Amino acid sequence: MAQEAAPGLFGRLRVGLGRARDGLFSRIQAVVGGRRALDAETIEELEGVLLGADMGAAETERLIGVLREAAATERLAPEEVPERLRELVAGDLRGAARPLRRAASGPTVVMMVGVNGSGKTTTAAKLAHLLRSEGATTLLAAADTFRAAAAEQLGVWAGRAGVDLVRHTAGGDPSAVIFDAVTAAQARGLDSVICDTAGRLHNKANLMAELQKMVRVAGRACPGAPHEVLLVLDASTGQNGLVQACVFTEAVRVTGLVLTKLDTTARGGIVLAVHRALALPILYVGVGEGLADLRPFDADAFATAVLGADGA
Amino acid sequence: MWQRLRGKGRLTPEDVDQALREVRLALLEADVHFKVVRDFVARVRERAVGEEVMKSLTPAQQVVKIVHEEMQALMGATGARLQMSPHPPTVILLCGLQGAGKTTFAAKLAGWLQRQGRRPLLCAADLQRPAAVEQLQVNGRQVGVPVVAPEPGQHPQDVAADAVARARSLPADVVIVDTAGRSQADIELMTELRTVRDRIHPHEVLLVLDAMAGQDALGVARGFAEGVGVDGVVLTRLDSDARGGAALSVRAIIDRPIKFVGSGERLDAIEPFHPERMASRILGMGDVLGLIERAESALDREKTAALQERIGRHGLTLEDFLEQMQALRRMGPLDQLLSMIPGLGGKALRGAGAPQPDERELGHIEAIIRSMTPEERRRPEIIKDSRRRRIARGSGTSVQDVNRLLRQFEEVRKLMRGLAQGRLPAGMPGMQLAGGTMRRNRQQAGRRKRR
Repeated sequence: MAQEAAPGLFGRLRVGLGRARDGLFSRIQAVVGGRRALDAETIEELEGVLLGADMGAAETERLIGVLREAAATERLAPEEVPERLRELVAGDLRGAARPLRRAASGPTVVMMVGVNGSGKTTTAAKLAHLLRSEGATTLLAAADTFRAAAAEQLGVWAGRAGVDLVRHTAGGDPSAVIFDAVTAAQARGLDSVICDTAGRLHNKANLMAELQKMVRVAGRACPGAPHEVLLVLDASTGQNGLVQACVFTEAVRVTGLVLTKLDTTARGGIVLAVHRALALPILYVGVGEGLADLRPFDADAFATAVLGADGA
Repeated sequence: MWQRLRGKGRLTPEDVDQALREVRLALLEADVHFKVVRDFVARVRERAVGEEVMKSLTPAQQVVKIVHEEMQALMGATGARLQMSPHPPTVILLCGLQGAGKTTFAAKLAGWLQRQGRRPLLCAADLQRPAAVEQLQVNGRQVGVPVVAPEPGQHPQDVAADAVARARSLPADVVIVDTAGRSQADIELMTELRTVRDRIHPHEVLLVLDAMAGQDALGVARGFAEGVGVDGVVLTRLDSDARGGAALSVRAIIDRPIKFVGSGERLDAIEPFHPERMASRILGMGDVLGLIERAESALDREKTAALQERIGRHGLTLEDFLEQMQALRRMGPLDQLLSMIPGLGGKALRGAGAPQPDERELGHIEAIIRSMTPEERRRPEIIKDSRRRRIARGSGTSVQDVNRLLRQFEEVRKLMRGLAQGRLPAGMPGMQLAGGTMRRNRQQAGRRKRR
């Protein structure tokens, strides 16, 4: 069972990394086999699966509560527990997927925001590639002027994706980069501008203020911009992810999430809590280091993967 | 719960379970791996049941104290240091997931070593991420440390070997090798990392780990430990508000010390790791721990016992009041102290109109009591008009302030008589009442201060 990963979206990576070993379904099946109800051992196992996927204690308790109730009122059979749990998680997230918003006229301006190391630069490049492959003329803006060689990194990606890059010198004003990129896109009649920004910890007030300024400047250059502010969340993030989402949303009106690095062993369960707390849509997931490794979010595939549900 | 549990001789299983429920949630919230939490809680339970409760602590606090001790033990006793080779260069290999902060940390470590009087050399062996080499070169320039970059067509192990050779000729005494981020489950890249390791035989393999990491940190640590062998851990982004429970998971699972932490974006934001601070940070809990430690050091058990006995026999005097106040003040700034008490701190005190004692008011109270004669302190009822004027003058306060204190003291004394059979709480609610009411009165008198 170890190597027979789920088909579809996450399948390929599972096979490549030989991961889906301790999947929920087989583990639960092993425990519940031949039992009558949700006993202590099964609950502990379920807890382990949910907590281990970074769902958090509160979400874990809530989901198990729902299962308990179902067991009591509907006489839910033990072997039905994994599928019911998967269905619960998928149901909670089904409304989360949505496509990228486009500007009615003029360029669509997208800003990537998030903490350091979450994968903004790579995601910006992947998104530019995705839009270009859909036929949209796209510009990348290197508005991370802080991290050493961040603009060079985006430049390499821009070359690979075949899109233009707007950059300033290192240490420059990131808002000015955004202003230049947006006005350049308007002048050239381009369809979209993807702005990479410097990683910042949400508890640094000055850096959050800088980000607010960048958003304001984008709006000044192009009314209605930014049309999307995408919070890039690393799947390996723990409970702090919820704090990040709250603070970034409060500061710059985040419009959606991108969950990155789902090709690792991290499951990214924190997005469930984030989505439930803030009703933020989840637009994309990052599933690899290649340009094409950005996929639209799919609640069912994610629910299967986050629970480590093999063979479902 | 806190008050209710006070004053039991030994920890009962119920005391322990109740407190450990909170501890378990705190640890999960801090991202400690759930299996580590399970084992840890079980171990604490075993040790705690039946243990004697210190006089100045509640059973819940006593449990937290044990939790804290166990965590500190798990985190390692003292800060661990880098293993420096007696035959330079010392070779340090950095590894970890993508985005953990390896490149930045490499430069920080180089700068730190330089400040320690070493001659470090950086090696850019991340050939995966675009411009990772340039990033290290720029950062290397910023800290003034040379960087060995790959020649076209070189493999990571070749660059690393070049750097070690270069260190001998420079000479440099420490080589820090930055590598590409990789998942521990990526068989191909883990093989590459082993190849690098086997070429340069590092003295230290440091796993760089994000303090915001969740449950998977355990798998990552185990994967790298099994894949390449890990000698130490670096915890980055500790300047975030994440509690960093991954540190505990990693300690528990691979038993390797955390050697450094990253504490900011600047290249000098690197610190040796302090296990004792980390235990408190992970546990959080409104910092009950600080309170426990302070209570332990400030409140002398015997003195407290004697005081209780005295109050039981003669009732509270202003001398006792002063003594308690001094003990309280030795425990630290009062607002900080109160905020440490779960349930009492934070919200409860910030509520509208809630009495919030401040340091200055306590200072005034102390001054007033100190301006009294011993006889006055023991028998406040003898303090009439002229004595009041003298005390006010002597303490730099007003007669009204003296009156207020005496009135409040009388209230507390009544309260204490009621509680005479019980034990005197370490925090002594009467003190808060006194300070808080005094301040409220002052505010009404139109002398409200801007916070």
